[in-house]
Amino acid sequence: MTTSTRMDSISPDSQMSRRNFLKLGAAALGALAVLEISAVGLMFLQPRSLEGEFGGVVTAGPVNSFPPGSITEFPAGRFFLIRADDGGFLAVYRRCTHLGCSVSWDPGLNQFVCPCHGSHFDELGDILNPPAPRALDTFLVIIEDGVVKVDTSKPRTREEFESSQLVYT
Amino acid sequence: MAQTDMKQKAGAEPAVPRQVERNRMRAVMNNIILHLHPTRVPAPALKFTYTWGLGGLSTLLVVILVATGILLMFRYDASVERAYTSIQYLETQVMFGALLRSVHHWAANLLIVTVFLHMLRVFSTGSYKQGRATNWIVGLLLLLLVISFNFTGYLLPWDQLAYWAITVATSLLGYIPLVGGIINHFLLGGSEVGQVALRNFYAIHVALLPPLILLGMAYHFWRIRKDGDISQPQCQENVEKFTTIPYLVQIELAAAVLLIVGLFLWAMSVPAPLEALANPAHPPNPAKAAWYFLGLQELLLHMHPLAALMLPAILLTALALVPFGEQRSDDIGIYFRSRIGKRVALVAALLGLALPPTLVLLDEFWVDFPTWLPSLPTLISNGLIPLLLTLGGLAVIYGAFRKGLKANRSEATLGLFLFLFISLIVLTLIGISFRGPNMAWVWPF
Repeated sequence: MTTSTRMDSISPDSQMSRRNFLKLGAAALGALAVLEISAVGLMFLQPRSLEGEFGGVVTAGPVNSFPPGSITEFPAGRFFLIRADDGGFLAVYRRCTHLGCSVSWDPGLNQFVCPCHGSHFDELGDILNPPAPRALDTFLVIIEDGVVKVDTSKPRTREEFESSQLVYT
Repeated sequence: MAQTDMKQKAGAEPAVPRQVERNRMRAVMNNIILHLHPTRVPAPALKFTYTWGLGGLSTLLVVILVATGILLMFRYDASVERAYTSIQYLETQVMFGALLRSVHHWAANLLIVTVFLHMLRVFSTGSYKQGRATNWIVGLLLLLLVISFNFTGYLLPWDQLAYWAITVATSLLGYIPLVGGIINHFLLGGSEVGQVALRNFYAIHVALLPPLILLGMAYHFWRIRKDGDISQPQCQENVEKFTTIPYLVQIELAAAVLLIVGLFLWAMSVPAPLEALANPAHPPNPAKAAWYFLGLQELLLHMHPLAALMLPAILLTALALVPFGEQRSDDIGIYFRSRIGKRVALVAALLGLALPPTLVLLDEFWVDFPTWLPSLPTLISNGLIPLLLTLGGLAVIYGAFRKGLKANRSEATLGLFLFLFISLIVLTLIGISFRGPNMAWVWPF
């Protein structure tokens, strides 16, 4: 009794009855609960990449073990280490930029070939023919104390080959 | 008093006579059947060649898939290290393991066939019109669910086909503007198919999708009753009607028994395939998806992935909207609508057989927009241009049906649908038999 009169005194022209106020409150709390549960669900599902899987720094070897004009595959690191004729290093991710198949190096053709949809890439990973939309992705090459290391944590996309992508000792 | 009653019940003579009990059980059974079906069915709707029993057969296949799937779950390990070996163990050591896996595999393949044919039947008889639009759309969603089931299911054996088909398909999803990257990352949980992806696909396959498809099916069936049961021509008068029990139920039972026998015989003679263990370094050459995706994979050879994705999306949306663009109801329940409709259907089928292979060969050996138009980005030269040409071609075909064959909208739409349906089959066949190493064109004979 007293509460209703108090509410009346606070907002005399308010149309909201106590029942509707409680309904609205319950609905708002319900919506909040749904939001919270969805957030819990999303965050629960969020970072699920496993530790220890591919994506760390791979030590390739001493600079001298890679002659200019050579291509060396690192299956565990999922990349090819290219040493261009001028001595520059480039690490290309073996994942085809079209639909993710693994390209392989064809020494006869002197090209990277994707077996899934027939894209070809030249000896620097540059795109030769569609359906692949761009050159093979690259990884950061670090040369420390004459040793080549490749950081496979983040593939870097590129449209085409540019000489600035090569890393020199 | 009560004790003597009990004694009587336990004795040789049951309290409820056996005949009465049997009648009661039959009443319950009939009650269930009559919740799914009307009490009486018009004679023409009973004809097997009207529906071909495709909805019912699809339902039975889902039941078989659920039953075999539950059993398979008891023997399967969803881990990269053990998935393949658990399948090998199933194939070689487990009693009836190879049979159950084979039945599950072939039932899933057959389900793709039956749901597509079911859609063809419904479209050819105009059974999506006049208040059936909602159920038509529910049917399309069920089709997508069936495809999702197959898609998530075939990563599970963790063999070469599984690994590379999922790699290609998830990369394809990555091309969807804005959300593609998020979906891709969610499904894979990383940059490549691995343990997280396997676990995801397993959870989606066995826990997320089954309730969805069961709810969808329940609604689909309820809606058929709500919309006035099996579609029938409206002009018919004084059609003879038969009671559902036994006339319809007999036919259904016969079809069900034939399907079960056929499926098991097939599964026994053709075991479910299992390729070599997945090897992330070396895709098989050629790397082909499962046969029901080869039509889509064929599109990928000719278009930018975004365009190859847009085309089915546009066509599927158009398919969902078809019932809203047609007012005609006098041709419901008649195969191919009318005499003109039959002619349109024939021309569409021939066109569907001839045009796609011609275009595929032209594009394989001659057409090369990216080289012809080097100044344009490939998204336009290899994406937008082929997509617009394809859609434009479809518009021309529709126009030719309207003007050349004097078809009304309903007949011309059917023609376009049949053309696309046959084209999809032809593209699928090309993908199965005419694609060799590096997905280059080969002659199988």
